[in-house]
Amino acid sequence: MGHGLAAQRETLESMRSGLRPNDFSRAPLACWIGRVDGLEQAALPAEYAPWECRNNRLAWLGLNQDGFLARVQQARQRHGANRIGLFVGTSTSSIGATEEAYRRLDADGNFPADMQRPAIHAPHSLAAFVAAALGLEGPCLTVSTACSSSAKVFASAQRMIALGLIDAAVVGGVDTLCDSVLFGFNALELVSTQPCRPFDLTRDGISIGEAAGFALLQRVEAAPQAPRLLGYGEASDAHHMSTPHPQGLGAGLALHAALARAGLDAAQVDYINLHGTASQKNDEVEAALVSRTFPATTRASSTKGFTGHTLGASGILEATVALQAIEHGLVPGNLGGDTPDPACGPSFAWRNEQQPVRVALSNSFGFGGNNACLAFAAAGFAA
Amino acid sequence: MSALRIHVEGMGLWSPQLGDFDALRRLLDGGSPPPPPARPAAAMMASNERRRAPESVLLAVEVAGQAVAMSGRVAATLACVFSSSHGEQSITDYMCATLAHSPTELSPTRFHNSVHNAPVGYWTIAVGCHEPSTAVCADRASFGAGLLEAAGQVLAEQRPVLLVCADTAGSGPLGKLIGGEQPFACALVLAPTAGAATRARLDIRLNAGAAPTELASPLSGWRAGNASAEALPLLAALARGAGRCQLAAGPQLGLQVDTEAVA
Repeated sequence: MGHGLAAQRETLESMRSGLRPNDFSRAPLACWIGRVDGLEQAALPAEYAPWECRNNRLAWLGLNQDGFLARVQQARQRHGANRIGLFVGTSTSSIGATEEAYRRLDADGNFPADMQRPAIHAPHSLAAFVAAALGLEGPCLTVSTACSSSAKVFASAQRMIALGLIDAAVVGGVDTLCDSVLFGFNALELVSTQPCRPFDLTRDGISIGEAAGFALLQRVEAAPQAPRLLGYGEASDAHHMSTPHPQGLGAGLALHAALARAGLDAAQVDYINLHGTASQKNDEVEAALVSRTFPATTRASSTKGFTGHTLGASGILEATVALQAIEHGLVPGNLGGDTPDPACGPSFAWRNEQQPVRVALSNSFGFGGNNACLAFAAAGFAA
Repeated sequence: MSALRIHVEGMGLWSPQLGDFDALRRLLDGGSPPPPPARPAAAMMASNERRRAPESVLLAVEVAGQAVAMSGRVAATLACVFSSSHGEQSITDYMCATLAHSPTELSPTRFHNSVHNAPVGYWTIAVGCHEPSTAVCADRASFGAGLLEAAGQVLAEQRPVLLVCADTAGSGPLGKLIGGEQPFACALVLAPTAGAATRARLDIRLNAGAAPTELASPLSGWRAGNASAEALPLLAALARGAGRCQLAAGPQLGLQVDTEAVA
């Protein structure tokens, strides 16, 4: 979708998919991907050279959009570096670098010299790099619950701010294309050979994408004009490692927990950004959840037709879509749903709609039956 | 900032030398507890699942089961925070080696077991838990950062939480780089208020990251050999019944934890 919020909004407004035929890796599988252009040339500044890898490059690119670095700098000056938490979600972090090291093992079976950097061969690589790049010294945590990772970071941050452990938090998530996920989801037969078609009758799997996103959370008094995080919900399916609960039990529990914590009735929700991966099961379960929970006035769509499934980054990526919906009154259409699955009720927005959005939810579900839902509202909203 | 006060209701522990928390207590009392069997029993899992489960899952389920049993709580009622510095290293090693040579032969089961939340996913399935569950990491500070996340849930949501921290031994070329001499796993059941099951009270304060509490041998060596064994200063204080310890929660953040036994 490009770099920054304006590019994201333009892409949504034009209903233009960012997916392309797979040109990633040495032996690309026949599928479509959401690939960020230019990362190969976007080396990290020299001072961060030990953190070099595709995932941290994408993180750095994300941090440099929309004046975010300056906002964090202001927050550091206001609160102190040790009073700002950092909570990031990722599914595979910089495992792409570990894959590369295994392709280039030396004669003794050791990592080549340039890859002997233990910090990037760990799932905490992303968080440790971002903490160093932002100069943050407060609580710092990686959440890695597959595709709900960077939704759950909002919950961790809200709890620690509420307890007074910190005054602000940087939350976010980054996942990049790598062989692990491309070949892994292919092995599970979950990848479509075409651009993914969420909630379409003919959907046959996901398209994998990559993304970085970040947000700065502060107490309402510190940012009265900013949109609000009203609440969050988290729950577990206790059903299966790679298949959602057939009745969406955990997804429903997370959704209702978010509504309860936010003090909302379902009818107050103007827009819900769905997980909508275009896998058979997810979309079936989630469409039923929308139908039994919301009136037709609540608009619903998946935006994975634009971005592909960005895995551990999808929580923050789709949180930004929900926030754009609030800021610009834009309900993005469910790109790729040209022949809507009849299971989808009247809430589904198949085309872009322009209407005031005061309250927006974002659903994120992951392997292991891990479910999260976030509730956002416009500045000044009172439930 | 005042201390975060939480209550410990159950403890679990497993390493090649110590099969449960009581073994640590006996060791610190000068005894010689017998080592456990080579493979954690992980009795809370169905036997067919247990046979197929990766080691990281067995480790986590074993210590979680011990801690929950000690607490007397129903496992399904506990929110879960599972921390691990590197997750299942043998699967990371398998995946990277397979992808380097024959990527299309990647095992779908090993792929879905490679997610960092596989242990907590299997645990919630085994005990039928629909409460929130999370999987976190913070390198060598994975125990301290996980404890802070768990304490945040305990206090902000006033709910009991199961904290697990486990790492496998290193594996393959990756293991040679990052180390990890032997597996280590521990678990705590944490609650917001004191009750009949309370065994100890923890007062946790954030500080600027002083050096972690020194340990005597053999605990010092076990800690050096596994990131999750950074929990040992707190586990030792719990075993002794009282004490102050310093844990890493990040490169520049520490936790000072005061432990007091509750009769």
